[in-house]
Amino acid sequence: MPAPVVHIENLRFRWRRGDAPCLDIAGFTIDGGERVFLHGASGSGKSTLLALIGGVLTPEAGHVKVLDADLTKMSGPQRDRFRADHIGFIFQQFNLVPYLTVIDNVLLACRFSRRRRERALAGGATLHDEAVRLLDHLDIDAPLRARPVVQLSVGQQQRVAAARALIGWPELVIADEPTSSLDADRQAAFLDLLVRECGEAGVTLVFVSHDMRLAANFTRVIGLASFNRPAAEREAA
Amino acid sequence: MSHLFALAVRSAWNRRLTLGLTVIAIALSVALLLGVERLRADARESFSQSVSGTDLVIGARTSPIQLMLYSVFRIGDATNNVRWQSYQAIAARPEIAWTIPLSLGDSHLGYPVLGTDGAYFRHFRHGRAQPLEFAGGAPFREIFETVLGADVAERLGYRLGDKIVLNHGMGDVSVAGHSDKPFTVVGILKRTGTPVDRTVHVSLAAIEAIHLEWQGGAPIPGVSIPPQHVTKFDLTPKNITAILVGLRSRPDVFRVQRYVNEFRDEPLLAVLPGVALDELWRIVGVVERTLFAISAMVVTVGLAGLVAVVLAGLNERRRELAILRSVGARPRDIFVLLSIEGLFVTLCGILGGIAILAAATAALSPWARTHYGLVIEPRLVSLGELQWVLAVLATGLLAALIPAWRACRLSLADGLTPRL
Repeated sequence: MPAPVVHIENLRFRWRRGDAPCLDIAGFTIDGGERVFLHGASGSGKSTLLALIGGVLTPEAGHVKVLDADLTKMSGPQRDRFRADHIGFIFQQFNLVPYLTVIDNVLLACRFSRRRRERALAGGATLHDEAVRLLDHLDIDAPLRARPVVQLSVGQQQRVAAARALIGWPELVIADEPTSSLDADRQAAFLDLLVRECGEAGVTLVFVSHDMRLAANFTRVIGLASFNRPAAEREAA
Repeated sequence: MSHLFALAVRSAWNRRLTLGLTVIAIALSVALLLGVERLRADARESFSQSVSGTDLVIGARTSPIQLMLYSVFRIGDATNNVRWQSYQAIAARPEIAWTIPLSLGDSHLGYPVLGTDGAYFRHFRHGRAQPLEFAGGAPFREIFETVLGADVAERLGYRLGDKIVLNHGMGDVSVAGHSDKPFTVVGILKRTGTPVDRTVHVSLAAIEAIHLEWQGGAPIPGVSIPPQHVTKFDLTPKNITAILVGLRSRPDVFRVQRYVNEFRDEPLLAVLPGVALDELWRIVGVVERTLFAISAMVVTVGLAGLVAVVLAGLNERRRELAILRSVGARPRDIFVLLSIEGLFVTLCGILGGIAILAAATAALSPWARTHYGLVIEPRLVSLGELQWVLAVLATGLLAALIPAWRACRLSLADGLTPRL
């Protein structure tokens, strides 16, 4: 039985001292290879939970373990390093750095992590080759790759972001409402590609959305309210 | 670090319009700062190069600075003269090795005419004790012969053997001319980088000769003495403007100075050139410091503009910073990224400023030389200027830390999802 990819224990988080807790989670676990669909109303703390798993925020109490490493026991730079090495992120929109090329946007993930760089080199002869391979898989062909990123459509930008999240084989990919700015057809297409790529790479995927129509592709569908007490209380109220 | 540098440069290039304007502002301010410094250094240099090996400068009693200005630098006019008898008495002193009489007041197309004698070509020194050298020809011997400084010859296109006419007074074009007595160019001096280059040299007797039929600054009506007859008159000068003195032994300088300052027949003044120059710098120093302070403030304004532009741009870059954070950039990396950007813009500004200044120096130095006798050497950056370049760079880095710090704070607060 491999270690869980994410394991949360007795976590409590609030944005400001004196505020009501935004997250209060007794326990939550994601196992390796899972494709988790995490849903919840906007403002229920989904993005905050992702930031805690990514090590960008630290909880007031409790433990966040990713791949058996306790993020709450690390320093800020250690968490940054850990995130760079093990987690790929895809956001809702504006995922790309406007002044970098498509390839350089993908390779950005390798710039801050030696581990990702070395693992990417294991997949292709050069970093560039590996980026091209991933982009090909995600249907970003050569003419598209040559364009300035600001000229790509939102859907194309999201696919480039997916390539960046996947390059160098991170153990965990976190996608925070990556399809909400796409129309329905493209949502489905993007989701298929993402799920397929994560499956091929053996990457654990946490997909956050409030749109239950997308839940079909996932191995587990879970509502934040089911394990986060404040959200549960809000929903009950 | 190198990938941060590449990112910073590409990010800056992406905002090249606003940052470009900032670079221009910094470049102009740096050009101004270095220009003031260059002018200051070169003005001092050319002044102190103008006279060398002269122990005392003697003239009618006035302020030491004024005496230096009109006798050595040909700036302004003498208020009074030295009588020829006084000159002879001083020249006869046993402590004195040589004297150069100087008689000023006439001009040729704006260039000062200096009446002197052969001692000028033998004893006058400039720069590091360099003697005057001839590019062509030789010192004057006859009355209506002249030796030209390098600029006069070059600017007016005179060659050996040309005839020129002197004007009375210092105007560019004078109504009162000495056109009846033209001079032949017999010598042209090599360039010295001093006021000598702008001077038309003639003999003392020549100065007398062209003023024979003049009285009180105007021609006597109806009197005209043709050049071939001037030798019939006594051409010993009655007055001269100033005297340059070389001593046999330097320690005598104060004794001779006292002798001149207490001269019984007329009020005279003897100054040590170095001392008078120091006094000049003390006075000019106030202006220099003021100018320098102003240009330093202009640089500060330029750098403040940099801070403002980068700070103003931060808000729209929060998304970009969040992306960098998500791929593992530490807050420290964000800080370094923004610092590099500020430093890079400052550096471009400095290089631009140096280029502007080099171009301006190259374009204006001939003009400054002919009009003010100021030798501004075309160069990129001197050692003295380099310290200011480094100071601007350090200030620029310091200024860049402000937006860097702010970006760092913003990205810590924003995490992965900027609240815009």
